[in-house]
Amino acid sequence: MRKGFVLVSALLVVWLAARAAPAAAQGATPPGPVTDDDVNRVAKLLYCPVCENIPLDVCPTQACIQWRATIREKLEAGWTEQQILDYFVTQYGERVLARPSTRGINILVWIIPPVVLAAGAFFLWRYLKSMAPAKSGAALAVPANEPPTDEYTRRLEQELKRRF
Amino acid sequence: MLANLGYFALVIALAAAVYAAVMAGLAADRHKPAWLASARHAALLTWPLTTLACLALIALLLTDQYQLEYVHSVTSRAMPLYLKVTALWGGQAGSLLFWSWLMSTFTGAALLRKWDRDRAFMPFVIVVMMITLGFFIGLVVFFENPFVRLWQVANGEVVGSMLAPAGGLALLPADGRGLNPLLRHPGMIVHPPMLYIGFVSFVVPYAFAMAALITRRADDEWIRTTRRWTLVGWLFLSLGLIMGGRWAYDVLGWGGYWGWDPVENAAFLPWLTATAFLHSVMIQEKRGMLKKWNMVLIILTYALVIFGTFLTRSGVLSSVHAFAQSAIGPSFFAFIALTFVASMYLLFREWDHLRGERQLDSLLSRETAFLLNNLLFLGIAAVVFWGTVFPMISELATGQTITVGPPFYNQATGPLFAALVFLMGVAPLVAWRQASARQLGRLLRVPFVGALLVVAGLMLAGIRNWGALLGFGISAFVALTTLFEFWRGTRARMRATGEKPLAAFVTLIGRNRRRYGGYTIHLAVVIMTIGIVGSNFFQIETQGQLKPGEQLTLGRYVVTFDGLDEFFTEDGRQVARATVSVYRDGRFISQLHPRRDFYVDSGQPMTIPGVRSTIEDDVYVLLVTWEPLAANGATFKIYVNPLVNWVWAGGGVFILGTLVAAWPDAAEARRRLAAAVAAAPARL
Repeated sequence: MRKGFVLVSALLVVWLAARAAPAAAQGATPPGPVTDDDVNRVAKLLYCPVCENIPLDVCPTQACIQWRATIREKLEAGWTEQQILDYFVTQYGERVLARPSTRGINILVWIIPPVVLAAGAFFLWRYLKSMAPAKSGAALAVPANEPPTDEYTRRLEQELKRRF
Repeated sequence: MLANLGYFALVIALAAAVYAAVMAGLAADRHKPAWLASARHAALLTWPLTTLACLALIALLLTDQYQLEYVHSVTSRAMPLYLKVTALWGGQAGSLLFWSWLMSTFTGAALLRKWDRDRAFMPFVIVVMMITLGFFIGLVVFFENPFVRLWQVANGEVVGSMLAPAGGLALLPADGRGLNPLLRHPGMIVHPPMLYIGFVSFVVPYAFAMAALITRRADDEWIRTTRRWTLVGWLFLSLGLIMGGRWAYDVLGWGGYWGWDPVENAAFLPWLTATAFLHSVMIQEKRGMLKKWNMVLIILTYALVIFGTFLTRSGVLSSVHAFAQSAIGPSFFAFIALTFVASMYLLFREWDHLRGERQLDSLLSRETAFLLNNLLFLGIAAVVFWGTVFPMISELATGQTITVGPPFYNQATGPLFAALVFLMGVAPLVAWRQASARQLGRLLRVPFVGALLVVAGLMLAGIRNWGALLGFGISAFVALTTLFEFWRGTRARMRATGEKPLAAFVTLIGRNRRRYGGYTIHLAVVIMTIGIVGSNFFQIETQGQLKPGEQLTLGRYVVTFDGLDEFFTEDGRQVARATVSVYRDGRFISQLHPRRDFYVDSGQPMTIPGVRSTIEDDVYVLLVTWEPLAANGATFKIYVNPLVNWVWAGGGVFILGTLVAAWPDAAEARRRLAAAVAAAPARL
């Protein structure tokens, strides 16, 4: 059983590490005049509700240009990235966030995948255990439940049928 | 007239499909060869009929018959000829018709090619394929008919109908609305058909799998019979995905090639399960194990193929409310549910019968490696599926929809992909049945040290991003183990036969196409991984407003704004086209023309990047906004996408590898028979 736990926990660790990494990367707004790049850094994290699946930083529609102008105003007013994101969420709902939040039912989007994966790993482990020979046994011995004659006849017939 | 002919052909095709399915089932039940022959003829008949319907629609598209609703919605007079033809799959009704035609083509090919060889399977292959075909033709005939005409009824509304509604006046629009601007691209010729061919060809192995279950044949005959179908379908699906990425990169103007868009995911999901299937059938063929699991994988792949078509065609993605509005949504849902439940019933009925012929000999074996591969592929598929359907679940549960964007997918699948690529390097070296850890360690030592050297070199070059180092390190490791396998084989051949290196290499591959084709595909995946890691971790971007003559700096590149033209085109676009010069380390390297096309009739803007592409990196310039008189300048967004060309180069190697693996090999067939006979005394 030990190897299975190692496998499962290793997968979980990798998962959590990847989950945590970008959270640390979110910085505060830099001082100085607000550049287009500052605006895009925030806009990248948003989707407008109209243009499907185009991130706000590259969306060419008029509505999205206005959203970017709003971001600029807020940045100039000294708002932080999180404050701006929260502002858009209050105005337009959770769907504007590229990265689903962990609030309410949305936590499921983050929880289910590792749970499914862990369950898969567990079932695979159980399957391997049930299939593997007992530790003491000679691993390479031909299993007793294999009737060689039938196997041979079956294969031969199958090959003959296929070729001729 | 032509429209009536096309529709009539489809109605007969539907009748033929239903007849074929029923007759084939009855023929097997009552042992009537004549009925089976009749069913087969009816199944074959669907091909000329659907071909006729497709040709009729193409003729209507080409001759600007805008009185037809479909023609009106996807073409216009200004569109070039090739787009008018490809408008066949440019809208919902037409693409479902095209799907049906492909399905019918593949059915014909399967029934003509395999008829005598797989007589026992054939009745049920016909049943499964004709039910699938019948479903799609039924959708076209009853819900999404591309042949309906436009009528104006008494209250002024415009409706589409085959027959004149009461008091309806036939409408004859002078021009059509034209194809969605995003689809007006040469990629339209190849990308959708490739995906559809990929989708449809997976129906063939599924049909044989179901036939094997129904006829209670637990051997791997169905897998061997359909191996080439599966590979070819897989190749087309892979190509469709890669080309879709290239198309997005060239015209969508967001600097990337894969956005985890639900429609992309819809095509990626069956690819994931099919790839797992392609690997796991090898265990069944070699070791007689995993019979149930392979059935599960092919059933999942089939369900995901239909689900993928459903997602892209039902409009359910934009909102679950579209599900109720769209007539085909519930039909798709019901069909997926029914076929899935029926397949699972057949599988459980045969559950005990499908026990493995052998036990696992050791936990450290190729079999285990393949199972881990399956776990990872299905894990990725589960993540992608969950992310794709979650917005609908959220909307149903809370009434509020959410976006599951790239950050989710990158985080959730990134580590799984890394593990999968790593496994790809180790697994081919692990022996079947029972591997020795010591020997495996010896084989892996050199590649491992090589990979460490690569990582050290990258760190010396100043790269500190641990994700990228891991990605490149794994890529180097896998490339080395795979190349080492080619080298080991060649060397063994040279020793055994005394051949020269090149001759030994070529015969080695020629004699073991499946294995070395597979390794070539692995190398292709490594090349693509390098491209994906490079372009994901090291993409840089900047944006700024420039007056003519001013410049933007990004990394080693400087982009200067030279000028801007605005003009109208014949096909109804208002184009703003900028000219910029790109300098690298102070030297002029290229002039680019990023544009913004505005489609006046549909009011849709499109951002076409100017790209300077090399094997090292791409400079990708977008025109964001501009002042009308060009006096005050324009805003540009510039990306530098390192190594992105490796993604496309990997695609080329990928095709090569799949062709090597799938190429028919008469010698191999003879050898396998000889081996089966030769191995017999040993087994006895």
